[in-house]
Amino acid sequence: MRAFAHLLDRLSFTPSRNAKLVLVRDYLREAPDPERGWALAALTGALAFSAAKPAFIRKAIEERCDPELFKLSYDYVGDLAETVALIWPARRGANREPEFSEVIEALRIASRGQVQSLLEGWLDALDANERWALLKLVTGGLRVGVSARLAKQAAADMGGVDVSEVEEVWHTQSPPYEDLFAWLEKRSEKPSPDAPGRFRPVMLAQAIDEETDFAKFDPSDYAAEWKWDGIRVQAVNERGIKRLYTRTADDISHAFPDMLDAMSFEGVIDGELLVMREGRVAPFGDLQQRLNRKTADAKLMAKYPAFIRAYDLLLDGTNDLRHLPFRQRRARLESFVGEAHSLRIDLSPLQSFETWEELRALRAHPPEGDPKSAEGLMLKRWDSIYEAGRPKGPWFKWKRDPFLIDAVLMYAQRGHGKRSSFYSDYTFGVWREDEEGTRALTPVGKAYFGFTDEELRQVDKFVRDNTVERFGPVRSVRADKDFGLVMEVAFEGLQRSARHKSGVAMRFPRISRLRWDKPAREADELQTLEKMLERD
Amino acid sequence: MIKPETLLCPSPAGLYCPPGDFYVDPTRPVARAVITHGHSDHARSGHGAVLATVETLAIMEARYGAEFAGQTQILAYGTPIQHKDVEIVLQPAGHILGSAQAVVRWKDCRIVVSGDYKRRRDPTCVPFVPVPCDVFVSEATFGLPVFRHPDDREEIAKLLRSVAQFPGRTHLVGAYALGKAQRIICLLREAGYGDTIYIHGALQRLNDLYESFGVALGPLAPATTERKKDFEGAIVIAPPSAVADRWARRFPDPVAAFASGWMRVRARARQRGVELPLVISDHADWDELTTTVKEVNPGELWVTHGEEEALLRWAHLEGVKARALSLVGYNDDEEEA
Repeated sequence: MRAFAHLLDRLSFTPSRNAKLVLVRDYLREAPDPERGWALAALTGALAFSAAKPAFIRKAIEERCDPELFKLSYDYVGDLAETVALIWPARRGANREPEFSEVIEALRIASRGQVQSLLEGWLDALDANERWALLKLVTGGLRVGVSARLAKQAAADMGGVDVSEVEEVWHTQSPPYEDLFAWLEKRSEKPSPDAPGRFRPVMLAQAIDEETDFAKFDPSDYAAEWKWDGIRVQAVNERGIKRLYTRTADDISHAFPDMLDAMSFEGVIDGELLVMREGRVAPFGDLQQRLNRKTADAKLMAKYPAFIRAYDLLLDGTNDLRHLPFRQRRARLESFVGEAHSLRIDLSPLQSFETWEELRALRAHPPEGDPKSAEGLMLKRWDSIYEAGRPKGPWFKWKRDPFLIDAVLMYAQRGHGKRSSFYSDYTFGVWREDEEGTRALTPVGKAYFGFTDEELRQVDKFVRDNTVERFGPVRSVRADKDFGLVMEVAFEGLQRSARHKSGVAMRFPRISRLRWDKPAREADELQTLEKMLERD
Repeated sequence: MIKPETLLCPSPAGLYCPPGDFYVDPTRPVARAVITHGHSDHARSGHGAVLATVETLAIMEARYGAEFAGQTQILAYGTPIQHKDVEIVLQPAGHILGSAQAVVRWKDCRIVVSGDYKRRRDPTCVPFVPVPCDVFVSEATFGLPVFRHPDDREEIAKLLRSVAQFPGRTHLVGAYALGKAQRIICLLREAGYGDTIYIHGALQRLNDLYESFGVALGPLAPATTERKKDFEGAIVIAPPSAVADRWARRFPDPVAAFASGWMRVRARARQRGVELPLVISDHADWDELTTTVKEVNPGELWVTHGEEEALLRWAHLEGVKARALSLVGYNDDEEEA
């Protein structure tokens, strides 16, 4: 249990993705089978226990600890599982310290009634850190900032292979993944990805460079279509096995039973998952209501009906089309979608154009209807085969210009790692008039990138020189009508949000320019943002 | 027995001994003071006369200059001296170099003022000696049962493992300049780490002082160089406040570590932006506090500062008579713990 607990502990304090990858990779290298496989399952969310409820943990500790001392401790620590992990009176020698795999295997077969005494026995034998890890594991959700994608990347790093290779075989493997590790350690052949319902690594696009690319490319070589504002998915129905995957191979079928029901075709579609209402694409926020859930009930599905807009066809019946050029796949897709006769699947229409200028105009002024909310355009070479990864050349995304506003820096927070001595996370606000007509700043978002190292140094100095108040790692900065730092903020879209005081939430905000020259009083008003809601 | 309060009582300047007319660790300048150890909340400058161990006096001089007190008197561990009618003995407290418990006796009453103390082994100082007494005056910095410090060797192993895992990064260890920093260096040496350890300028004098008292620290160098690359894979020790300071920018992608008992609580570590918390403290944890009280078995327990509420509750459950002195002015520098 020690190594796994140590890993979780470090991950929980490690902000950087690269450092997390090193921690997980090294753990997978050093831990034995089957322990590392169970750990990988726990990190990827393939293993979830909800064996213990907080009430049980409370009861168990109250039998072992004076309630008054527990209360004082809980008040101080603030987190139940952590308090229990720290305060639990160890009975060294009472039990042998359990192996991590022993814990997992026991939990998998234990009945509800047995779980409690198992847990108490383990808590007696483990140290504080291990108790914390165990309690996190059994109360569901590790929450150490590791996505399934990151865990798979770490496994790929461990074996020196590309992550798409791990994704390709992932769904044929099951915990504790001994075959996977045997392959990654070059002790055996790569497991066959040929299992029905498996994920196929997706093809991604490069961002186009408007300055140089268009001069080189011939418009007649490319097809164009809208880049819809949902999430990219792969819908699989193979030999009766239906799956819905994200582009990073996460299986989200369980959250979209309505979509699965509608997948009556035989094959694999690459498309955009959207919420559709009365034939119109609903805002991204509606789709978000259905993401990151384990299940979906009838009410949720009725309110946010799922829908796929198809981009590509990877498998038609049992025929793999990925080696065919896009032009042929597209033709097959059109008849495939037509034959599927589904009310929940349609075709992403191609946009005809003769010149890049024509396309530029289309992108700048999308017609009424769904294209208004598209993220931009996709360009695909007619002769491109379907390749995993992000190859240079065949596919491009040409995003819409971002929204821009001028906001005033209000709070700054210290960063991590390379940025641990810099105030690098900025909360900015815009002007709003209250009932009495007083103008005050209201925070509208937070961004921590988009600037150069040199600009970071300058803003850091500004923050330190103009601090009004400190709260832990956060400083509030002087910002009033006569003084303040104006930042031009770029973002992709705006949504109404009841959670934010301003009533709006930005998508993907970043600092596009520092406006040292602009007086704070001339920054934007909240009204400007509210008008953008309409454009969206 | 006399009432213990006639021998020692709390006063605005700190614990006062009326029959001896002196204070123990006074928080403002007084005529006569017994100083338990060199941390600045216990050892202040400007007293008329100071009685302390030779190490504590040296630390005070290093921090405040030669004129830190009107006169000084060295008292070795375990040697009783008589002042007026009061007998004073200093016994090791195991907290930092030179740290002592002040044992005062008058008539038939003996009171032990433990100062700050810990019970586990520390290569930089003499271990705590339990003294049976009528009143034991204890700190309670970590007086909550959630504070149970792990074995410091495991924490050091965690640091060394991270250094091996991230060879391109600097491990920047925040450690209080007096006591903690030198203990961390010694523990690293004991764990077999022989490389040069880089230190912040603020540690220089105290490191030299420790070495002059025979605490070997191995190869050290100031953490100043023009090239970032020189610090790749290095361990740098600095006062905790410097880790978040602009000073830290000279290091490549630093891993911010912090050695403190407070690191036991995750929210405290997160609040400071610590990436590698090291639970290493110079203060007694909950188990050390409670076993010490049982061991010295006092008629009464007086708690000076810290989380006294829980310790008083424990004393109540154990049938030990206890009270909080609620002395102000100690532990205002939480980085020291």
